[in-house]
Amino acid sequence: MAIVIEAEGLTKRFGGTQALAGVDISAESGQVLALLGPNGAGKTTIVRVLSTLLRPDGGRASICGYDVVRDAVEVRQLIALTGQYASVDDELTGTENLIMICRLLGTSRSAARGRAGEMLERFGLADAAGRAVKTYSGGMRRRLDLAASLLGEPEVLFLDEPTTGLDPRGRGQMWHTIREVLAGGATVLLTTQYLEEADELADKIAVIDHGNVVASGTPTELKARAGSQTLQVRAVDRSYTQQVADSVALVIGTRPDISADTGLVTAPISDPALLPAVVRLLDDLGIVAAELALRLPSLDEVFLTLTGHRAEDADPQPATRNGRAA
Amino acid sequence: MTSQVTSAGTSLIPARADSQGRPGRPGRELRHRIGAVQALANGLTLAWRNVTQLKHSPEKLMDVTLMPIVFLVLFLYVFGGVVAGSTHAYLELLLPGLVGQMAMFASMGLGTALCEDIHKGVFDRFRSLPVARSAPLLGAVLGDTVRFCVVMAVLTGFGSALGFRFHTSPLAIIAAYALAYVFYLAMCWVSVLVGLVAPSPETVQGISFIWTMPLVFGSSVLLSNTRTMPGWLQAWVKVNPVTHLADSLRALTIGGPVGTHVLYTLAWVAGIVIVTFPLAMRMYRRRV
Repeated sequence: MAIVIEAEGLTKRFGGTQALAGVDISAESGQVLALLGPNGAGKTTIVRVLSTLLRPDGGRASICGYDVVRDAVEVRQLIALTGQYASVDDELTGTENLIMICRLLGTSRSAARGRAGEMLERFGLADAAGRAVKTYSGGMRRRLDLAASLLGEPEVLFLDEPTTGLDPRGRGQMWHTIREVLAGGATVLLTTQYLEEADELADKIAVIDHGNVVASGTPTELKARAGSQTLQVRAVDRSYTQQVADSVALVIGTRPDISADTGLVTAPISDPALLPAVVRLLDDLGIVAAELALRLPSLDEVFLTLTGHRAEDADPQPATRNGRAA
Repeated sequence: MTSQVTSAGTSLIPARADSQGRPGRPGRELRHRIGAVQALANGLTLAWRNVTQLKHSPEKLMDVTLMPIVFLVLFLYVFGGVVAGSTHAYLELLLPGLVGQMAMFASMGLGTALCEDIHKGVFDRFRSLPVARSAPLLGAVLGDTVRFCVVMAVLTGFGSALGFRFHTSPLAIIAAYALAYVFYLAMCWVSVLVGLVAPSPETVQGISFIWTMPLVFGSSVLLSNTRTMPGWLQAWVKVNPVTHLADSLRALTIGGPVGTHVLYTLAWVAGIVIVTFPLAMRMYRRRV
């Protein structure tokens, strides 16, 4: 398979912050690569470099073999950017936004109008076509943003945190729409703070921390490393929290994590059969659980396992926005 | 143009990269540079965007609608009697001066709008598209021309209602407004530069206020007789481009010797553009 997105040793510094510290990533044609990491890990900076918005200090990156710095004009004809920063115009209507992008891409006036209508219909925005975007819900804005990105039929699509800030329903709708787009086999670079999202959409995940790729692999491989599931137990009576932790430790063989605030005891486990064992032990001890569940590990837990520290919000993001140090 | 957009047809889904030739290279034909014609077309599309925004929220034109009325009424009735003996005599002097002043003020909104676009991320989208680098700036300046037209129409209309009459040929009058427009365009690039340098949209106005005040009021806009001013101020007034603009406008609308004022104004315009345009482009590339 042909390599479509490639970055080698990318570095970028904003003032005193090393935003990228030698990032290597690659994605083959038709693959969906997810960059997973907390705020400020460098995900958006990687996207900005790959989409020609920001020059890297060192290293090189290419899209379909075209260098993002030297052949920026070619690269821009191949990519589309959507997400937290590349935005739609609030004050225009949905139709006007899409017509504007079409016109910028060189479509004739009449064809642009037809194309805009068609895309709004497909993305479930036909009813809101004539309304100013500032009256749209968060989910509608993201869908319009995505529709705008697809007008140029890009080879490579960048989705920068496509569902951040959406409610669960909006997120579900957005996933549905993204999956439709993915079905065509586009090469996609997705950034996200949610393991669940990367798991849902990606073929390959690169975990980003402090401007480095700290782990990469398929969702299955990463979850296997982080424990495929997380057990969480909380006693009705908080004074039993320590005993709950001891019981879990006894069953699974490793020390669980205890949240002092909520009394929640969590541990990564790979064998779902351990859950009933924990239930039986707690029952024997007469401890009543207010919460007892198996779920996918959160980003925080993946981080803890892969990097040995928690995912903290470093957030040098404002620096990338102002770009003054750039 | 390649067929990338027109062939869109019914496909919602981006085409898979065609791996013919070099690995990963699509079969699509790519351009290596963006020509002047396309840059202009892109600029016009983005100007359309600015005009459409104004159409949706006409209240954005409130400042350029009310400003000329307020300034005209205030200056006319406060200074009229003292400066020229009567308000009617002062109106002849004041209105051409205000045309120059308003050309200056109308350009100030641009920096704020630009700074907002950058902060909201709208410019990021434009810059990730295969459009000319200069197009967003060009579009902003061209689109802002609406504000210039509104301010001039209100000022001239209201001035005429108060009794102002042109004394020169239609050609000279057209030349006067054309000169004001050219000056306005030059000032737009200064405004763009401020918009790019300012850390936030809110600060743009403050900064613009500071640099426009000495230019506008330290000039012959309000009075053609500057002999009572202290020497240092007279020196400043003499080099101030707004003075040359105001004097040119007076000569072109109410008559009198045009002299070298038009030449000086055009020289200033050229100078301002030569300095601010490349600087703005440079800041724009670095900033956005």
